[in-house]
Amino acid sequence: MNVLRRLYFVLVALFLAAPLIVVAGVSVNQKQELTFPPKGFSLAWYGQIFNDPEWRLALIHSVTLAICSAAIAVAIALPLAWFLWRRIAPWANIFQVLGLAPFILPPVITALGFLSFWATVGLFGQFYTAIISHAIFFVTLPLVTLSLGFASIDRSLVEAASTMGADDRTVLKTVVLPLILPYLVSGFAFAFVLSLNEYIVAYMTIGFTTETLPIKIFNALRYGYTPTMAAVSIFFVTVAALVFGAIAYFGDIRRLLGAMSSDS
Amino acid sequence: MRREPPRALADYAPLFFPALMLIVFFVVPFSIMIAVSFFKRNPAGFYTPDFVFDNYARFLTTFFGSVLGFSLLLAILVAVCCVVIAFPFTYLLTKRSRAVQTVWLVGLLSVLSLSEVIIGFAWSTLFSRTAGITNLFVAIGLMKEPVALLPSFWAVLTGMVYQALPYTILVLYPALVRLDPTLLEAARTLGASPVRAFFNVVTPALRNTIVATLIMVFVFALGSYLLPQILGRPSNWTLSVLITDQAIYQSNMPFAAAMAVFLVLISLALVGLTLLAGRKESAL
Repeated sequence: MNVLRRLYFVLVALFLAAPLIVVAGVSVNQKQELTFPPKGFSLAWYGQIFNDPEWRLALIHSVTLAICSAAIAVAIALPLAWFLWRRIAPWANIFQVLGLAPFILPPVITALGFLSFWATVGLFGQFYTAIISHAIFFVTLPLVTLSLGFASIDRSLVEAASTMGADDRTVLKTVVLPLILPYLVSGFAFAFVLSLNEYIVAYMTIGFTTETLPIKIFNALRYGYTPTMAAVSIFFVTVAALVFGAIAYFGDIRRLLGAMSSDS
Repeated sequence: MRREPPRALADYAPLFFPALMLIVFFVVPFSIMIAVSFFKRNPAGFYTPDFVFDNYARFLTTFFGSVLGFSLLLAILVAVCCVVIAFPFTYLLTKRSRAVQTVWLVGLLSVLSLSEVIIGFAWSTLFSRTAGITNLFVAIGLMKEPVALLPSFWAVLTGMVYQALPYTILVLYPALVRLDPTLLEAARTLGASPVRAFFNVVTPALRNTIVATLIMVFVFALGSYLLPQILGRPSNWTLSVLITDQAIYQSNMPFAAAMAVFLVLISLALVGLTLLAGRKESAL
């Protein structure tokens, strides 16, 4: 029984890791060819992400896009989640639904919606259109983490503060914000990582004028595979694993993903 | 502080920015897309305003019918594969120590956040002749020489299961982790083996969760737009691929919009079903 269970875990792990292992192997090939096991060993392809002007530009675009859009997503989600927690206003839940919808619908649809919008208002192709589009597309993530955060606040704490004479603003600044900070950071981090990896919305908004890393990989796929693409892929997995690892280390990732509060 | 209804206009202030952003950049684009689906194609630009049903009439062709049928079947197959693999796995995962769970969750999130471009690239490498898994089979003597395993339907299916599996596990995780442990204890005390307890107690208790997960993964798989292109033949293309293709390469936005509206309707109907299944669960 125990053996079977272990085998099951190993098989699932192998399935999830296999393509990444092969890509990691391919990324250290000495020559510009895709072979596995790799022939020779070289980290030159990783260097190329930062040295080759085209890849570096795509990297800068991706990181800029991810930071700005995650920041705007948090800026939208924070007041909304706070309002829903602080006030009784059932009709305001419609905005929560609007915040969740872009993420639940197939991404192609959201992407096409943005394409029609930016084309109609005549701003198609501007870099900031992708930032706004990503912010809306990923607003779901900070909204979910922040709603969890607000729900976890013990209301008697807040009550104590206001009994002692703190007004709304003081309560928000000294009690509420420090308590939800971990949720705010994880919301930002989730949106950041997903924006970094996102392809279709970015492609349909700025794909004809600007290349982000996923767009660059896709465009490069058509002209043949290079080890650089493998290096970029591994780079992405590493960034994601580091960010989620940090969230797990500093916060409680099980709780964020729906398990009940750690020890209660 | 107790929750209270907003009294003064200033109480609504925090809602202003989120509401503005969501309406201008989500509701309006969505409405424009619906409008565009009735417009006429303009090969020189994006579209010409009009009110025609031509774009929807194209759904009635056999080509479109077969693509739709294929997309739905593929998504159902992906959903079934994922739930069959993920349900026992997630159950076993919730029985492990907290540290083990955390490591798995970090790994699953990392794979889940991967771009479809990267998943497509990774699997096309794994299935290729020069760097692929068949080299391993040759090395251990199972095959004579390495072959390419793509493009093929199976490559598409594998890629899509890979993409949706972490999602499935993370959707199932909350329900399984919160499962009342006394249910299982009772079954075990009454003499059921762990396997029997899993099939006769855990699985029926979470019947509605399983149905809801199937539907969510189905909608998730319907949205896959790159894997069928990278790993499959044109006959393996899905509705999402067709929408991307029409919007970008054929620059026929009205037709793409009409297909998107149609896909939204299917997805919404299914999400509605999910909510209904979820409601029944909480009523129990």
